[in-house]
Amino acid sequence: MSDSVDTVLSPSRSARWMKPDRIKELTLVGIITASVLVFSLLIDNYLSGRFFNRITTSVVIVAILAAAQTLVLITRNIDLSVGSIVGVAAYLTGDFLGANNWAGPLIAVLVAMLIGAVFGSFNGVLVAYGRVPAIIVTLGTLALFRTMLSLYAGGQNITADSLPDWVLELNRVTVVSIGGLDLRLVFLIAILVFVVLQWALARLRSGRRLYAIGSNPEAAKQAGLPEQRLVFWTFVGSGALAGLAGFMFLARIGTISATAGAGLELESVAAAVVGGVSIFGGSGTMVGALLGATLIETLELSLVRVPQVSEFWRDALLGILILAGVLLDFTLHKRLGRRLTAAARTDAGGSPPTTIGARRRAGKGSSDA
Amino acid sequence: MRDWAARHRWETVLGGILLATIVVNATLSPFFLGFGNFINLFWLSIEKIIVVVAMTFVIINGEIDLSVASVMGFSAAVMASAFAGGDIPFAVAIVLGLLAGAAAGLAQGFLIARVGLPSLVVTLAGLIGFRGAARVLLEDRSVGDFPEWFDRLGQQPLIGSIPLALIIFFSLLAVAWIILERGTFGRKVYVIGNSADVARYSGVGVSSVKLRIFVASGLAAGLAGVLFAARLGSVRGSLGEFFELDIITMVLLGGVSIFGGSGSMLGVALAMFTVLSIRNGLGLANVDGIIQTGVVGLLLIGSVLVPNLLEGIQSRRPAPEP
Repeated sequence: MSDSVDTVLSPSRSARWMKPDRIKELTLVGIITASVLVFSLLIDNYLSGRFFNRITTSVVIVAILAAAQTLVLITRNIDLSVGSIVGVAAYLTGDFLGANNWAGPLIAVLVAMLIGAVFGSFNGVLVAYGRVPAIIVTLGTLALFRTMLSLYAGGQNITADSLPDWVLELNRVTVVSIGGLDLRLVFLIAILVFVVLQWALARLRSGRRLYAIGSNPEAAKQAGLPEQRLVFWTFVGSGALAGLAGFMFLARIGTISATAGAGLELESVAAAVVGGVSIFGGSGTMVGALLGATLIETLELSLVRVPQVSEFWRDALLGILILAGVLLDFTLHKRLGRRLTAAARTDAGGSPPTTIGARRRAGKGSSDA
Repeated sequence: MRDWAARHRWETVLGGILLATIVVNATLSPFFLGFGNFINLFWLSIEKIIVVVAMTFVIINGEIDLSVASVMGFSAAVMASAFAGGDIPFAVAIVLGLLAGAAAGLAQGFLIARVGLPSLVVTLAGLIGFRGAARVLLEDRSVGDFPEWFDRLGQQPLIGSIPLALIIFFSLLAVAWIILERGTFGRKVYVIGNSADVARYSGVGVSSVKLRIFVASGLAAGLAGVLFAARLGSVRGSLGEFFELDIITMVLLGGVSIFGGSGSMLGVALAMFTVLSIRNGLGLANVDGIIQTGVVGLLLIGSVLVPNLLEGIQSRRPAPEP
């Protein structure tokens, strides 16, 4: 988004209620509601407490990864290695818990996040200080981390019976139960993560600075922002969140092989992009990412229950969904952008984004019809 | 000679790496330098390097195509399911497979070039979507029993000891080289990659060039998918999965800038040969495939990091003469 520096750095003063982000989020809520309604017509017994519980527990992993991806995307970077970090963290944490049965949940989570952060910092150093484009670094580490894991694993799996009992019961721990709707612990942890991150991005100075960097890296550097340090830390944060997701993966699946978590990187990008996080950087919210993850998870879990749809349609529909999300975002963005520019008379759009292969064409699209 | 090396620094470095790889491989294994191994080395990855040729255009043009491996699978699946449906001659099924690849490229190219969506997102959706489409077509079946002539084309040498796929690849490479570095179309590709805005103001038909490149990329992926089906003798929905990493790595290792606008066919050709030699050498030394993948990942990062570091060192020295 090409906000003026004022709006970017002091959000409280811009009291415009209907900001583009809010509109995107409301649209998503609308789409989620509409699709739930459609599915409830197609599937018997769809609107049950059990289904709510299933979605809320299974969305957790993708949602946390979407948060990680959002953090990085906002700064106009990308992290394609999160799936591999999930695998590494899940495996190593499982290994650790197998050897140290005394360790409790808190220690396990910290271990997983630490492992993730270490791997993330490797990405961060290369992107921020090595000046290697994030897509190259993380495409490389996607392979590299996976290789390291399979060398370490040597064909051995982490098995469920080597883990302490509490790990596998974690997914079923319910904090409160309202009617048939259980609020599970893992879901509440994910929500907590989102609340903290949303607050940090919207209110903290470093959070706002991430948007400034993503909107215009050159300008951010000129303005004296510690661009390299911040980018480095977003990759560490992304890694740590992927580590947390790895722990949740371990708790859900129990049996971890060297290929665990492969492909999650694409789902995380998909969730963030559907949630309105711009691939050009500088725009997107944690709320949006959570809604994007929820929408994708709802569709995936619901489609397999529609009798007319074969399970093989899953990926094809997911691809179409991402495209639809991007098209919608693009159209909204353009219209609102134009209106806001006219209203604010700021220097919006002065710097065409030069993200890898992603140069938006300057106002000649056909989407304004 | 020294002039050439100064102007083509990256190609020179690559040539050095390649030479070192060849020497190491030749000392490690007596089989490496044989003509048979040379054919083998290309043949085993021929589908990837066919796509690499097209991907070079895409990336120099400032875009990316993450969907190629899925389009390979999709085209092969279209061909296989048309064949399994019966009633039509197999040649028609092949044409349908190729058309499916071109259509996939056209659809994505339209969204990128005409609508203006970022290629990273469009082709990410393509990566997931076309793989999904291949699975929709074939479900979890494996379709094989193709006509004998098709399998023979894929699995046996055509002229002397050279198989059809190698002939296709080398002619494609030659044609692409000429188009990219000798023709006006090639100049346009570079100009657009440097700055699409400048190109537009200079009257270059940016979106038609981009569209054609994506169609070519889809068609190349389709061709690779069909050839891969011939070499394997059967098609599954997962055909070609995860090839995109190797393909993009080879292009970037060849010195093509991920931001577009620079790179050469010679560099990419050297990079292909280097990656294939490394994989082949590691294979001859009985190193596991997953480690080979890790090595390729390291190479990818190194191919950008090392020049960056060198530049950093050089800029600290007083510059002698530009």
